[in-house]
Amino acid sequence: MTALVANTGPSRWWRSRTVRRFTSHHLALLGVAMIMLLTLACVFGPHLLPYDSLYIDLRARFSPPLTGDHYLGTDPLGRDLAARLLMAGRISLAVAFFAMLLSTLIGTLVGVIAGYRGGWIGAALMRTVDGFLSFPSIFLLLALAAALKPSPAMVTVIIAVTSWMEVARIVEAEVRSLREREFVLAGRMLGLSGAHIMFREILPNAMGPIIVAATLTVAHAILLEAYISFLGYGIQPPLASWGNMLEGAQQYLASAPWLAIIPGAAITIAVTSFNFIGDGLRDALDVRDDRV
Amino acid sequence: MRGFLLNRLSQSLILLLIVSVIGFVVLNLLPGGPLAQFGLDPGMTQDDLDRLKEQLGLNRPLWMQYLDWAWRLLQGDWGNSFRDGAPVLSVIGRHVFATLLLMGTSTAIAIAIGTWIGIRGATHRYSLFDHLATVGAMVALSIPTFWFGLVGIYIFSLKLGWVPAGNMYTIGDGSVLNYLHHLILPSLVLSLVHVAIWSRYMRTSTLDAISQDFVKTARAKGLSERRVIMKHVVGNALLPMITLAGVQLPSILTGALVTETVFTWPGMGRLFLDSLGYSDYPVVMGLLMFSAILVILGNLIADIAVAIVDPRIRLG
Repeated sequence: MTALVANTGPSRWWRSRTVRRFTSHHLALLGVAMIMLLTLACVFGPHLLPYDSLYIDLRARFSPPLTGDHYLGTDPLGRDLAARLLMAGRISLAVAFFAMLLSTLIGTLVGVIAGYRGGWIGAALMRTVDGFLSFPSIFLLLALAAALKPSPAMVTVIIAVTSWMEVARIVEAEVRSLREREFVLAGRMLGLSGAHIMFREILPNAMGPIIVAATLTVAHAILLEAYISFLGYGIQPPLASWGNMLEGAQQYLASAPWLAIIPGAAITIAVTSFNFIGDGLRDALDVRDDRV
Repeated sequence: MRGFLLNRLSQSLILLLIVSVIGFVVLNLLPGGPLAQFGLDPGMTQDDLDRLKEQLGLNRPLWMQYLDWAWRLLQGDWGNSFRDGAPVLSVIGRHVFATLLLMGTSTAIAIAIGTWIGIRGATHRYSLFDHLATVGAMVALSIPTFWFGLVGIYIFSLKLGWVPAGNMYTIGDGSVLNYLHHLILPSLVLSLVHVAIWSRYMRTSTLDAISQDFVKTARAKGLSERRVIMKHVVGNALLPMITLAGVQLPSILTGALVTETVFTWPGMGRLFLDSLGYSDYPVVMGLLMFSAILVILGNLIADIAVAIVDPRIRLG
């Protein structure tokens, strides 16, 4: 972790050990390439396709993939599946990304305070983390999503609120182990404020595990969004997300299996890529982690 | 051991308290709070709602309402379902068996396959098998369970016709074989993620055990490698896995919910979704609390089991 901080200097960071390790991790590079490809496709793809994602054409319902200009076929309303897949990707990836930012923020804040302060504040915060972890995440997510109006922003917040605990645990453990180190004692003797020591002195040294956890949280958030949207409580139509594209797919499984297979494959590819990247970062940043 | 038990038990009680507070907050987040389902009833005027609020004590301070709610929870009074008026606990009770059957079967599958993959990966470290298992586990963790279920149904029931596409049994046929036939696909689908997790942890755990001194001693005694692994390594490697089984409970329950939805399996997950659809909040809240209690209990049992098997824990 210290390596990361040392390497962020201006001098040839791209030749540092961290970068060399990451670039020798083939799966991580594959993940980066896939995510870049997916992102580019979702951003520019819809402008290049002949159909709009919301254009309904009842004459072309249930076209299988590769009929005419419908490269991935059409859905039960005759909307172009390729266009919908890419528009859905924008939503799914954006929701996951911002959910990651928010949950990492919450988790880091809770973890730093709990780890640095310790005592009863730390205990109370960490027991709250345990409390949240005691709920099967989907039960909590669905109850919250049913209670609050599920706009994309709200779905993002709900996912963040139910997935910050892992980061909090990692940060707390990291901060607790750094708390007694010399540089922190030195900071205290210099009369630095608690907030300064926590966020300016300790936190930069805990960046490695946080970056890894954040990457894996993106993967997790994509899955959670897909779960609640699939069950009908996430992103609402006509807005498409990878999850809600699958919502109606089950009833057409026999006649139009591509409706189920294609969005699910997109989810799997995106999540796998983020998991690969997370794995590569863990190796590169020297993060010891017992998680999978 | 007594000190350990008391300590662990009090931890669980504190956790229960925190979980109940979180549950209460969620309950009050529902639009209209505990009276949510009547808000849309045209037969109810705002005056009626206000009067009901007064009668049910919903205008008291939140902490008093919480104490009242928690006290009734403790006494086993979890309210009645809005749908059929049955007590929430008995409604949940009717669905527990199906979920436990599904979870138990898939966990057994996951443990069997995951343990084997993990040990083989650790004893043949960096072999082709090990690399494939590592990559395979990462991919398996990335597949949405419900989608895997859909693909499974498409291939094995729609195309090949080997297994039924859903439900727990054929109506009119209550034989064990019929149950098993319906159980195969959903439990395999649910086990995928857990095979991945279990095999990864088992690999780490086995590697830890292999590097211990008692393994060196066993080898020095001249035991065959096979005997060393089977007798000395596996047992010790499995110990931390008991804890893992407890820790994994919430994610197994999450998986069970989506699996039940795809396979129209009549368990708690299915009940949860149906109740949400009907705005049957007492049952929703009941399931939320019930699942959390189940998780806390599962973790407690796992920790006690480890302490019984491993003296280092209960003494340390």
